Amino acid sequence: MESSELRAMKKPKTEENLTNPFDLLSEELVFLVLDFLSENPFDRESFSLVCKYFYSVEAKHRKTLKPLRPKQLASVLTRYPNVTRLDLTLCPILTDASLAEISNACGSNLTSIDLSRSRFFSGAGLLNLALNCQNLVEIDLSNATELRDSGAAAVAEAKNLERLWLARCKMITDLGVGCIAVGCRKLRLISLKWCLGVGDFGVGLIAVKCKEIRSLDLSFLPITDECFPSILKLQYLEDLVLEGCFCIDDSSLEVLKCSCMSLKQKLDMSSCQNITHVGLSSLTHGAGENLQELTLSYVSPVTLALADSLGKLPRLQSIKLDGCPVTCAGLKAIGNWCVSLKELSLSKCSGVIDDGLSSLVTKHTDLRKLDITCCRQITYVSIAQITNSCTALTSLKMESCTLVPREAFVLIGQQCHFLEELDLTDNEIDDEGFPLSLILGGVKDYYVKQKTHPLFLCAGLESISRCSKLSSLKLGICLNITDKGVAQVGFSCSKLNELDLYRCTNITDSGISVIAYGCPDLEMINIAYCKDVTDNSLLSLSKCSRLNTFESRGCPLITSLGLAAIAVQCKQLAKLDIKKCSNIDDTGMIPLAYFSQNLRQINLSYTAVTDAGLLKLASIGCLQSLTILHLDGLTPSGLATALLACEGLTKVKLQASFKSLIPQPLLKHLEGRGCVFQWRDKVLRAELDPRCWKLKLEDIM
Amino acid sequence: MDLEEELCAGEWGNSSSGNELTKELSSDHPSYSDFSSQQCQQKWDNASMIGFGIGIETSFQGYGRPSVVQGGVPLSLNNQAKILGQEDVQMHDIQQTNKIPDWDPNAMLNNLSLLEEKIHQLQDLVQLIAGRRGQVLGQPDELVFQQQQLVTADLTSIIAQLISTAGSLLPSVKNTLPAVVPSTVQLGQPGRVNLAPELRMNDDVQPQKNGGSKTSEESNQTDMTGNYVAEHNNLLDEHELKDEEDADEGENLPPGTYEILQLEKEEILAPHTHFCAICGKGFKRDANLRMHMRGHGDEYKTPAALAKPHKDPGSEPVVIKRYSCPYAGCKRNKDHKKFQPLKTILCVKNHYKRTHCDKSYTCSRCNIKKFSVIADLKTHEKHCGKDKWLCSCGTTFSRKDKLFGHIALFQGHIPAIPLDEARGNVGPADHPTEIEATNKGSVNSVNFNFRSTTPGEAVAQDIMDLNGGLDDPTACFSPLNFENCNFGGFHEFPRPPFEDSESSFSFLLSGSCSYPPKTRGESSSNNLE
Repeated sequence: MESSELRAMKKPKTEENLTNPFDLLSEELVFLVLDFLSENPFDRESFSLVCKYFYSVEAKHRKTLKPLRPKQLASVLTRYPNVTRLDLTLCPILTDASLAEISNACGSNLTSIDLSRSRFFSGAGLLNLALNCQNLVEIDLSNATELRDSGAAAVAEAKNLERLWLARCKMITDLGVGCIAVGCRKLRLISLKWCLGVGDFGVGLIAVKCKEIRSLDLSFLPITDECFPSILKLQYLEDLVLEGCFCIDDSSLEVLKCSCMSLKQKLDMSSCQNITHVGLSSLTHGAGENLQELTLSYVSPVTLALADSLGKLPRLQSIKLDGCPVTCAGLKAIGNWCVSLKELSLSKCSGVIDDGLSSLVTKHTDLRKLDITCCRQITYVSIAQITNSCTALTSLKMESCTLVPREAFVLIGQQCHFLEELDLTDNEIDDEGFPLSLILGGVKDYYVKQKTHPLFLCAGLESISRCSKLSSLKLGICLNITDKGVAQVGFSCSKLNELDLYRCTNITDSGISVIAYGCPDLEMINIAYCKDVTDNSLLSLSKCSRLNTFESRGCPLITSLGLAAIAVQCKQLAKLDIKKCSNIDDTGMIPLAYFSQNLRQINLSYTAVTDAGLLKLASIGCLQSLTILHLDGLTPSGLATALLACEGLTKVKLQASFKSLIPQPLLKHLEGRGCVFQWRDKVLRAELDPRCWKLKLEDIM
Repeated sequence: MDLEEELCAGEWGNSSSGNELTKELSSDHPSYSDFSSQQCQQKWDNASMIGFGIGIETSFQGYGRPSVVQGGVPLSLNNQAKILGQEDVQMHDIQQTNKIPDWDPNAMLNNLSLLEEKIHQLQDLVQLIAGRRGQVLGQPDELVFQQQQLVTADLTSIIAQLISTAGSLLPSVKNTLPAVVPSTVQLGQPGRVNLAPELRMNDDVQPQKNGGSKTSEESNQTDMTGNYVAEHNNLLDEHELKDEEDADEGENLPPGTYEILQLEKEEILAPHTHFCAICGKGFKRDANLRMHMRGHGDEYKTPAALAKPHKDPGSEPVVIKRYSCPYAGCKRNKDHKKFQPLKTILCVKNHYKRTHCDKSYTCSRCNIKKFSVIADLKTHEKHCGKDKWLCSCGTTFSRKDKLFGHIALFQGHIPAIPLDEARGNVGPADHPTEIEATNKGSVNSVNFNFRSTTPGEAVAQDIMDLNGGLDDPTACFSPLNFENCNFGGFHEFPRPPFEDSESSFSFLLSGSCSYPPKTRGESSSNNLE
């Protein structure tokens, strides 16, 4: 980049006589062009390298910035004067000085800042920020576990704040929240999730002072009935999350009855274990008039009484009952509701049987999203009924529906053409059921070639365009799937973003290469334990330039060569898991270090990487998480050097034996930089046969 | 009654011939001081009269206390004194006549001689009252009461004239600011100045010239002053109800079913621990009490009674004894309309100290809270510092819910973060003590300057604004602060403690309505001449 910058600088000098054709292009026009270059960050970078003019225009145009290292912050901020949104999630170390730099550089331009992954700043830095950047509308301070009330008081100086996340700020108490409530009167959203120091008083004050609140997340707070009346007076409240508020019980909800509020669009009361249908019935008395989404996961058994008490909610569109014991009568009663649900989640509900589920889905024909994960008792009947009545489904999650036979999956493909998300993990699906119906719709025998003629492909894609919307497909532990089926997915589902082939042991290079060819938008692929996959797969997958997550655990045939291909081509790669790819060695790390400058997380356990390779990785500035268990070639000194060189590390998982071998002052220093060590003492285990592994799973259930 | 009328007429007559005495002004000083000390020693039975004296005292505290206590602005107090306290005014006027005679000396001298004469009248009257006190005992109550009323009316009228005359001296004095520290000291003394009636009476100054309609007018005046006192009492009561830990609100004894004892102030404040169950007199030693008991009758002379300090409860008819606070106008005073008696002597002592005395015991921990009862101080010191719930306005709360209730109620108040936590991170709201310290100086001085320069409605308004706009440090640690603000008019900021703010308001407001500072005073003095 630097060299090309230089070139851009030099060009005008050498061609001074010539008129620059871009002089005719006004800034506004270039801005319009830049507006379309938002998807891939590298596009903008390339654009800015065209010439000096483009460079400056791009710098002026850029509104959001996600710096890779805090060290460059000052220079980056001077280059981009118009930045309004600052995402600092890749800057784990951010001191008050850095915040002062930011506040001075951005000033009143800054409207949004994300500090959720940063540490080492204090209230003083926040105060600086709040005072200098008066237009701040959004601050994410989640995970600031060290932040105290003084910090909250500093935030309170940001008078124009509208959205504030304080999740896991455990040191903040009612006092701090009280300051925020008084200071930030324009708040529309506040998340106090896991702020265990905040109770009724703080929440009550927020409700009293911040009348504009739309969204309120009070998950896991020790709040009781007392703050309820004031919360219910919030005129604009749309979204209320009360997950895991154990102190809330039926009597708290009594207030709902009397209050004339008909606000909330979303109400989340998951894991509020003291709530029963009695309390919920008060929802229907006026309060729940506008309620659209209701989450009651892990709350109370879905019985007839509960279903009846919720049946009168006139605008309900979505209900999540995850983890609740379900009775057949309860499901049938839900089926009798006058409203047609768009979203239903029965994930991990025990007691879901064909009878109840079928009668439910026959009524709710408008269902878009259905989650029946781990409903292990349902069979072909349910699936037939679902596919028959809910043809508009866009999302179907049915992991571990082990009694559903392979024939049932044919129906999914035949009926549900709008599916975008399909989770078939751990099911009996096979090539026959899966691709025939789902993808190819009749073309039975399709010979897959790695480089099929594009015209032919197009014809094939066109014929099965019905399912082309699929973007997420999870086929983990579907042991019956082979290349044939996967290839057909590759041909048809061109919009596929996410493909999970975890432990699909029959998959080989031919299947993967069709996927790589047919799904250029692929961002995430998991081929863990597909032990026959070789470098060829990686070579073909390197064409998916948007790939950001790649997992190939336990693929012993993959070598550094394949990894190099991925590293060179997939510049957005952020997460890489090559555990147990025993043939990958230091040579694989070199291209990775060179090209994958966005890599944040890497797992190198059980590979042949040594000190040298690890040291190479240190040049990846934003590398945060490193897992290096059972690296035979690793020496304590090499490890120490590498760790010292990786400045951005926040989490390192390594063998416990190293703990005593690395100098303690060094560990202290690293910890002081914000790095957390997880010492593991795992013994090397031989890989189990996948089938026996699956049997084990069945034993568990 | 005739006697009194004659007396009054005589006094009025004297007043016109007072000019001759002008040259004796300086020699008048001793007599004046005599008078005030005398008055202090008087045992007043006349409730309404005491009421006047005390009414002004309390209202005056509204000004006097902050400045005296905090040593903020003795200078500006001078003007206050002129408006409020005639004696003080006179004294200063005298000083000033000697110092800076750059105004019309003749008019001045006339006025001063008039003042002097009035003071003599006042002195006479007071002596008369003092002399009469012994005779009163034998007379029927009604008659005594009427006579007292008349005397009171005379007193008030004389004082009114005094003030108006003194007021005529005001404008010329205004520019000079002599040191008035002594006057502030005097302000604290009870029974010295009768201002309250004057405030109401300015409209009625003339009628006193026409002797015929005097009585009716006078009774009106007293009624009005009575009202004033009552008003004032209501305010006091609010305070008292909260403050009185031994409040006997539940008790509803019909009046007359119990015997009322009223101890004198000195008696109450004396460090006695043994009290006579019959008359309430206190003693340092039990033996002295026993000796005293003998004076109450033969039954106490028996060896048994002398040996045993407590008499047998069953031996004599049970007369319920209740106690009255000697502070006129107090709800605990027997002359109050809604009199609520105090149950025991201890209640009296505590009540009197808490409500009517200076808070001289300062907490050694916080150096802020003050108490008049030492037990209260000790109770406080046990918990002092544990009032960890602090608002940015400086108010402390022992309970978190109180703090949050307070913050929910007021705009702009934020919870203060404890200092030990905020180390290094200096939030603007983190240092309530600093805020308080800065306010301490500024606010008060501003208040005073305003008040002294332009009396009237505008001033009152200003003060209200000030009280509303700035945090008065005296408010910060009032335990009543929060509750007061609940029913008070100002919802923006806490006000000064109840007594101070209310009384100063009421005074200024009433003053602005009924007290024409200069012209009226001159006219009345002219009339008198």
